[in-house]
Amino acid sequence: MSTAQHIWTVIGVLFVLLNIAAGLIWVERRLLALWQDRLGPNRAGPLGLLIVLADTLKLFFKEDWIPPFASKAIFVVAPAIVAGTVLISFVIIPFAPNIVVADLNIGLLFFLAMSSIGVYSIVLGGWASNNKYSLLGALRGASQMIAYEVFMGLSLMGVVMLSGSFNLGAIVEAQRDLWFVVTQPVGFLVFFIAGVAETHRLPFDIPEAESELIAGFHAEYSGMKFGMFFIGEYLGITLISAMTVTLFFGGWLGPSFLPPLVWFILKTFFFIGVFILLRASLPRPRYDQLIEYGWKVLLPLVLANLMITGAVALYLKDS
Amino acid sequence: MPRPVRYNLSGENNMKLVKEGPEGLEGEGYFATSLDKVVGLARKNSIWPLPFATSCCGIEFMATMGAHYDLARFGSERVGFSPRQCDLLMVMGTIAKKMGPVVKQVYLQMAEPRWVLAMGACACSGGIFDSYSVLQGIDQIIPVDVYIPGCPPRPEAVIDGIMKIQDLVGNESLRRRNGERYKELMASYGIQ
Repeated sequence: MSTAQHIWTVIGVLFVLLNIAAGLIWVERRLLALWQDRLGPNRAGPLGLLIVLADTLKLFFKEDWIPPFASKAIFVVAPAIVAGTVLISFVIIPFAPNIVVADLNIGLLFFLAMSSIGVYSIVLGGWASNNKYSLLGALRGASQMIAYEVFMGLSLMGVVMLSGSFNLGAIVEAQRDLWFVVTQPVGFLVFFIAGVAETHRLPFDIPEAESELIAGFHAEYSGMKFGMFFIGEYLGITLISAMTVTLFFGGWLGPSFLPPLVWFILKTFFFIGVFILLRASLPRPRYDQLIEYGWKVLLPLVLANLMITGAVALYLKDS
Repeated sequence: MPRPVRYNLSGENNMKLVKEGPEGLEGEGYFATSLDKVVGLARKNSIWPLPFATSCCGIEFMATMGAHYDLARFGSERVGFSPRQCDLLMVMGTIAKKMGPVVKQVYLQMAEPRWVLAMGACACSGGIFDSYSVLQGIDQIIPVDVYIPGCPPRPEAVIDGIMKIQDLVGNESLRRRNGERYKELMASYGIQ
């Protein structure tokens, strides 16, 4: 790829992603409304589509308030971290055979590293707010995300064993005959659950649990700084959906009557829908239940999965 | 309203360097009117309510948010509980005098622009609680934009109140919050 092509890829990916993240405001509200037997936003523009514009513009023109008791520099940087790390994670995702910003040979590790850095936005944001609810939310977020980071990493190792590569393009190619969701169902389930916890979406939105912590780690944020957390969350959903598709559902592979990119987008939007369905249907667990579920159920499960996958892979290699 | 422009801010030479423009082509908001309209349109379609529910009107509000009446149609879906992120303080129910400072505190914590909606007879005027312990209307402590009468008001009335707020929000100039009148209003409540 030439340099100009590369730059265009970067710009294109950035443009599409930010638009998807904004558009998800509308998608989520309409889908939630559908599943809750409501109408959802329908006054602003056709089908309420302009709600996206209205929310964004309103957030831009809202007073951008920094509490006098906050630690200013960190308070300002924290929302940028969440959007930044998630956007950088998209670098390694192969959207179609030739559309990838950086074809890293350690793509998977890069993704895990970036999602670990994303924890900082919650911890720093909550801590810098100097508000007891924010701090509680930040601490919860830290322990939740660090715990689920472990299972997320381990659940992906089965895929790495089967495909023999950390490169996402190679992982997609290895699924040409059979999607990894068939050979790695446990890995898929654990990854998806950990993904929900990573993006702290309902039912795992413990760091911002409204009924307990007001708004958790972003309680003190207003205006576009809050908007960054908002966008970061939607970008996170898109990222986890895209990763699920890439790792377990054959990425851009699909019957040839549609181009690969369309297959990828269709599959990704299916999982975004699953994310929203989870939110519409499940109540929030208690904090200790969440952590217990992680360490006592998911960890043994994912370790067993790892060992069995390893044994089978070795057996098949010898025979 | 044309105002003299002074370039020399130290105030030594009070010479007027710019002639006053013809009537109607100058003054506050002439260049920003379209922006005002666009922002007003955006704001009115994205009013995030902050429910301050102390009694039965809160139940009526829940019905309004529910499937049957669905306030989300008007873009008021995200009910926030952090005052910083919300636009509309909805005071619903009896505010006892001891609760007064709390309402005011919540109002002060909200980021500009902010609007207040008093819902139900108690929040508007004290309602039937004409007693020593109840605040006779929340407009004694914070400025109120729209009152919804009723004990409690029906969800239709709440939707009507929200639409009245939408009219206000849509027609508000971007500079209203810096205006003299607004500052005077705030000062009359002892805010800033």
